[in-house]
Amino acid sequence: MAWTKKVLRVNLTAGTCTTEPLNQQWAQDYLGQRGLATKYLCTEIDPKVDPLAEGNKLIFVTGPLTGTMAATGGRYSVVTKGPLTGAIACSNSGGYFGAELKFAGWDMVIFEGRSTKPVYLLIIDGKAELLDASHLWGKTTWHTEETIKKAHQDPQIRVASIGRAGESGVMYAAIVNDLHRAAGRSGVGAVMGSKNLKAVAVRGTLTDAYQVANPEAFFTAVDAGKAVLAANGVTGVGLPTYGTQVLMNIINELGALPSYNHREAQFEGANAIGGEAMHEKRPTDGKPNLVKNGACFGCTIACGRISRMDPNHFSVKDKPQYHGASGGVEYEAAWALGAANGVSDLEALTYANFLCNEDGYDPISFGATVGAAMELYDLGILTEAEVGLKLTWGSAEALVKLAEWTAVGEGFGKIIGLGSKRLCAKYGRPELSMTVKGQEFPAYDGRGLQGMGLEYATSNRGACHVRGYMVSPEVLGIPVKMEPQATEGKPAMLKAFQDLTAVVDSAGICLFTTFAWGLQDIQPQIQAACEGDWSEERLLLVGERIWNLEREFNLGAGLSKKDDTLPPRLLTEPIKTGPQKGAVCHLDKMLPEYYEVRGWSAEGVPTPATRTRLSL
Amino acid sequence: MQKSLHIDPNKCTGCLQCEMACSWENHRSFTIAKSRIKVFSFHEAARFVPYTCTQCDEAWCMMACPTEAIKLDPVTGAKIVLDPTCVGCKVCTIACPFGTINYVASSGKVQKCDLCGGAPACAKACPTGAITFVDADWTGLEKMRQWADKTDTNPATV
Repeated sequence: MAWTKKVLRVNLTAGTCTTEPLNQQWAQDYLGQRGLATKYLCTEIDPKVDPLAEGNKLIFVTGPLTGTMAATGGRYSVVTKGPLTGAIACSNSGGYFGAELKFAGWDMVIFEGRSTKPVYLLIIDGKAELLDASHLWGKTTWHTEETIKKAHQDPQIRVASIGRAGESGVMYAAIVNDLHRAAGRSGVGAVMGSKNLKAVAVRGTLTDAYQVANPEAFFTAVDAGKAVLAANGVTGVGLPTYGTQVLMNIINELGALPSYNHREAQFEGANAIGGEAMHEKRPTDGKPNLVKNGACFGCTIACGRISRMDPNHFSVKDKPQYHGASGGVEYEAAWALGAANGVSDLEALTYANFLCNEDGYDPISFGATVGAAMELYDLGILTEAEVGLKLTWGSAEALVKLAEWTAVGEGFGKIIGLGSKRLCAKYGRPELSMTVKGQEFPAYDGRGLQGMGLEYATSNRGACHVRGYMVSPEVLGIPVKMEPQATEGKPAMLKAFQDLTAVVDSAGICLFTTFAWGLQDIQPQIQAACEGDWSEERLLLVGERIWNLEREFNLGAGLSKKDDTLPPRLLTEPIKTGPQKGAVCHLDKMLPEYYEVRGWSAEGVPTPATRTRLSL
Repeated sequence: MQKSLHIDPNKCTGCLQCEMACSWENHRSFTIAKSRIKVFSFHEAARFVPYTCTQCDEAWCMMACPTEAIKLDPVTGAKIVLDPTCVGCKVCTIACPFGTINYVASSGKVQKCDLCGGAPACAKACPTGAITFVDADWTGLEKMRQWADKTDTNPATV
């Protein structure tokens, strides 16, 4: 069947690796990946645990479609309690690592405890062992991956590792696999670092670890799904050509591109850092930033950006190690490293993005934190003496320096590594932190797009765009067009998106398919792969169950209605210019209705009736 | 007409659908470790290159085999490993200059691309047209077309 039905439990304190059967009832209730690991985590840890303490657990998990020919079937997630937010953290990644874990015969790996010395886990099919990683500690993810492959004389090993950011406790440290794919958000890399776990290396060669239940129906459904992706304007043309960066100019023109730490909702430099700009030949060397597009495992969209920098750019002039091609900026990274700080130097953004990959930290949270620091500097609260450089809006030099310092926890990089919430609190201006539950906003203004404002306020992992992507209805008209400033109908639409997203994640496929796919395209693929009856209704119920379980974890962790909010800037400071001029987020209108459609009390707690309906 | 696999690395995105399709065709598993076609990633050069057997006319693997376990399929032109005859001596893996015939420990036999009997699964699965199955005599056709497009029939009106 589509699950390997095997779980690897690694006790880092005791140094043991044990095999246990997958709880198949939970697989039926939570499908896989995000949902299934959430169930394990919620069952096994106290939600009040300190995220960086030994009692927290870290789960790498695949879905039933991971490692199959379903388009984009290569996703894995890392689920844990996040240090940035104190909420549940679930970070999803592509690349090749997730499928390899499945080929080796594992649905998930649960790490518990803490190793006394740096170690990495090596999985070769059914055999798993913890190995000494002292020689890798203090090294980058790129170095780590190369060293492990060489040590075992196997270039086909896949590696997910932390860089120096994860070791030094950057609160938004990421876990990077396949050089430039990342379980990026919420600080899952910091949890890995706190456990002295440097890397997970895996090679899978088994042919009988799992199987799709009905091959004939599976290929019919999968081929139909691929045809839909190829024929769709976004997934067939827009994303392969411009990547997610196709959005930069669209969102800017709509007046919903936050810039200068959300002081503005349009960025005058958007043109210079967007998808089109990456195709243009640079005046300096006559070559474009973008070399080609790349795919994650099994992906027929191939939105990934592969970039090569201008070797004469000030940031890499004497650093030939950055002159080769590597992962270029996606929309979120370009926004956070660029618009959020007013930096319009695409090459500087690309370099900072390389560093985020190389040393494993989230470019969204990093860039947004730099934006907050620049505002503090602009207000005279932060000084050049304190920071160690001039932190003026739009300074590419400052961005580059802070990226270098944050990667290794040096100087003011230590403070930037705390994230925007802790930074602004430290300097007495907590209201300037553009965060929800401690996590930085991504690239859409919650005033310009009302539904996104509600989405940020209610996301279970703090501000995030991939928990219920209201940009689809509010900008792209998918599945129906909703006016950006309207509030009617948004809570119900958001609930539908949140539940559907939980299903997509839990299946092991990529959310970007939903630009083209509806549940009617996804359901037949799951149905054919998994044993049992997976109707659309059942899948949405699974999605809702996952959402509510995450919510209950957060309530148990001490979060409540008061955390379902936005910074005062989004609630009270109207957008100053552009098409959305005058807008604030009307959260007060939408949140009570959202609780109602969720079947939650006025305090945001799932009612007994809801709990019963979802078998929680 | 004989056809052959034609690979255009510029179109490859590294999705590995071809490797899964190959593994499925021959092992009823998506495990890419069992694929007979491999996509190589040259990261710093931003290149993905699918690579498999070119079906040499005078196939060195076939010549080297001491048990005559590799046969020519006269219809497709593929060199096919006959599993019941193969003894797993691996001499063919040494003889092949390109590394495209390899031992499979779990079966004790070697495996190589056999063009799936004339309908290669990799070409069917490739979403970008990087792998196609074309007239064996005209693998250069697309390249010729591209150059033809560049010819200037109305030169030098400077």
